[in-house]
Amino acid sequence: MTTVLEIRNLHVSVANKQILNGVNLTVKQGEVHALMGPNGTGKSTLAYALMGHPHYTVTAGQVIFKGADLLELKPDERARLGLFLAFQYPVAIPGVSVANFLRTSINARRRAANAEDKGMPIPEFRKMLKSKMELLKVSADFAGRYLNEGFSGGEKKRAEILQMATLEPEIAVLDETDSGLDIDALRVVADGVNALMGPKMGALVITHYQRLLNYIKPQFVHIMLGGKIVESGGPDLALHLEEKGYDWVREKYEDKVEAK
Amino acid sequence: MTPDVKIAPIKRVIITTRKTEEPKLASLNFTEADVKALSKIKKDPTWLAKRRLDAWKKFASLPMPTLNDEAWRRTDLRSFKWNDVQLSALDSKFKPKRVPATYLKPLVGKEQGGQLVINAGKIESGGTASALKRKGVIFTDLLTAAAKHPTLVKKFMGKAVAASEGKFAALTEAMMENGIFLYVPKKVEVTLPLHSIISVSGSSRFHRILVVLEEGASVTYVHELVSSDNKEKTLHTQIVELLVGKNANLKFVELQSLGMSAWNFTHERARVGKDGKLDWIFSAAGSHLTKNFSEIDLDGDGAWGRMSGFYFAEGDQHLDHDTQQNHNAPHTTSDLLFKGALRDQSRSVWQGMIHVAPGAQKTDGYQANRNLVLSKAARADSIPGLEIMADDVRCTHGATVGQLEEEHIFYLMSRGMPRSEAEKVLVDGFFDPIMQRIAFEGVITRLKKQILQKMSESGSGE
Ligand SMILES: Nc1ncnc2c1ncn2[C@@H]1O[C@H](COP(=O)(O)OP(=O)(O)OP(=O)(O)O)[C@@H](O)[C@H]1O
Ligand SMILES: [Mg+2]
Repeated sequence: MTTVLEIRNLHVSVANKQILNGVNLTVKQGEVHALMGPNGTGKSTLAYALMGHPHYTVTAGQVIFKGADLLELKPDERARLGLFLAFQYPVAIPGVSVANFLRTSINARRRAANAEDKGMPIPEFRKMLKSKMELLKVSADFAGRYLNEGFSGGEKKRAEILQMATLEPEIAVLDETDSGLDIDALRVVADGVNALMGPKMGALVITHYQRLLNYIKPQFVHIMLGGKIVESGGPDLALHLEEKGYDWVREKYEDKVEAK
Repeated sequence: MTPDVKIAPIKRVIITTRKTEEPKLASLNFTEADVKALSKIKKDPTWLAKRRLDAWKKFASLPMPTLNDEAWRRTDLRSFKWNDVQLSALDSKFKPKRVPATYLKPLVGKEQGGQLVINAGKIESGGTASALKRKGVIFTDLLTAAAKHPTLVKKFMGKAVAASEGKFAALTEAMMENGIFLYVPKKVEVTLPLHSIISVSGSSRFHRILVVLEEGASVTYVHELVSSDNKEKTLHTQIVELLVGKNANLKFVELQSLGMSAWNFTHERARVGKDGKLDWIFSAAGSHLTKNFSEIDLDGDGAWGRMSGFYFAEGDQHLDHDTQQNHNAPHTTSDLLFKGALRDQSRSVWQGMIHVAPGAQKTDGYQANRNLVLSKAARADSIPGLEIMADDVRCTHGATVGQLEEEHIFYLMSRGMPRSEAEKVLVDGFFDPIMQRIAFEGVITRLKKQILQKMSESGSGE
């Protein structure tokens, strides 16, 4: 059965401020959706709310993931169900190496599925990690470094995708994974994402730049404004935005979205 | 986990005068006759018997520390029932449980140069590789050493910690029932690590550890303190003396794994000679209450000393570590890092001082204390201090008390770890810098096990 993430009329507030005002969006396994929109319109808010960040309060609406009420689940349960978020600003975790972190994440999943599970054997884990690191052209010392600590902007983004590659989600939200990447890194990361894409994974790719969409080709492009998806279309919509900017969107929907 | 906070130097004030209106404190029921009886059953040589009596007089003359003494301001002894304490060493019928085999496994490497187990004041098992004996290495219990090598023991005992240093130093010297003596002669490099275990049980136990490295000697020595009963209210006091000669190199790992009801008071000091090196590792997981004084005296030009501490308190544990790094000579380097976690209603105190003596130029002193408070009711006090009497020195310090960060927990949970697992990973991460310094696989495994055990006991500690 195809995995479906269905967002219905989602309203989210943070710090008593209403940010999302009724988002509707359905992402299926095998599909790539791009989400674009001016700064501060609520794209990351949507990503956090989907993952269950405690500061983001859902005030109305529903999210159905694999037939389950996603909003009832804790963040770790959402993750284990197959949802993944590549953070726009990943936090540094002092003292925890990338390898150790990934192994613990994988084993937590295995143990949740089977309480008796002894965890992935170390040689198997090493082999798996090595192949994923090669896929993303990450240097070997990466695995031993503390997660995100002292990582450059680009390294942080690669680390996020490395996590995605090892955890093999069914639906992934990539929040500005392209920002901070140089041209070469962008290609490597995009190739990595494409290698993981396919019938088994669907993605919601949040980005400001058409550039990324040259590599990761979306079937659907959505524009968010004032906490709502106001325009949806095919790949052409992104090209149009690149050319024209957001003014026409603002003009068209000014009165339809609540004044900020 | 909060950024380094630089705290202005605090001068330590030592209050030596006592207020007279204080209520009379309960005291130990021990007498001079007990000291003599102990001397007799331990078959003390005359010099040792005399030292005990002198120490006893010192003990009797010193007041019991109270919250009015600067060094004891945060450690309250009032609830301890001193008058209930029996001198277990005099109990001839006392039969201790054997030390469990799990403690006997080597903690450093697979092979050892020697292992000693002292249980209830007596040698339970012990042996030193004959190759080491041939080189003149002595690794035995202190009473045997005092009998067989009186000149050496007499020469070095008390060189680092004097009975007059405090109430509990005096008590230890008077009531010492046994301990460890390690002597490494000039230029002898002991390649296989040495290991000792002292197990305490009964109402009271008193020990002394004396380590002497002559010029150019080197050794790695692991010592663990354990209780045979987690619930027994044992009073334990201890003196640890580490004498590191010129160019000598000592790695000393000291694990405090006492039972949760023990009351533990220790005075420890290392003296490091010219170009000598000391790598001193502490861990504290046990005891109901610990008050520990640990000092490192960098006596010789170019001496180097590192102190790395790990502690984890839970329940109503109270762990108080008072450290001092004394730069007594030029070109000396000290580096201290103590990291501790606390849960439930537990409490920790770390009070550290870097002291640079006049003329100790070109010294480099560092101290940092990091605390991770895992529950609302736990509390960590962190008091760094600098006392600098020379002008061409570099001294830095930092102290932090922080909590687990929600953003970190969320990040880990978003990868599929349940909250409890995420917290464990973060606590492990917090301690990682200390584990890196410890570097011995077996010791790290032991400490990680203690962390895991403390993290999994009943709930999140909130
Ligand atoms: N924790 C928070 N506390 C207060 N305000 C917040 C918080 N998180 C988000 N906001 C506010 O919500 C609004 C939407 O933020 P969000 O991060 O979702 O925007 P975005 O569309 O991702 O923008 P960008 O393109 O710059 O990443 C902004 O006005 C932001 O300041
Ligand atoms: Mg954003």
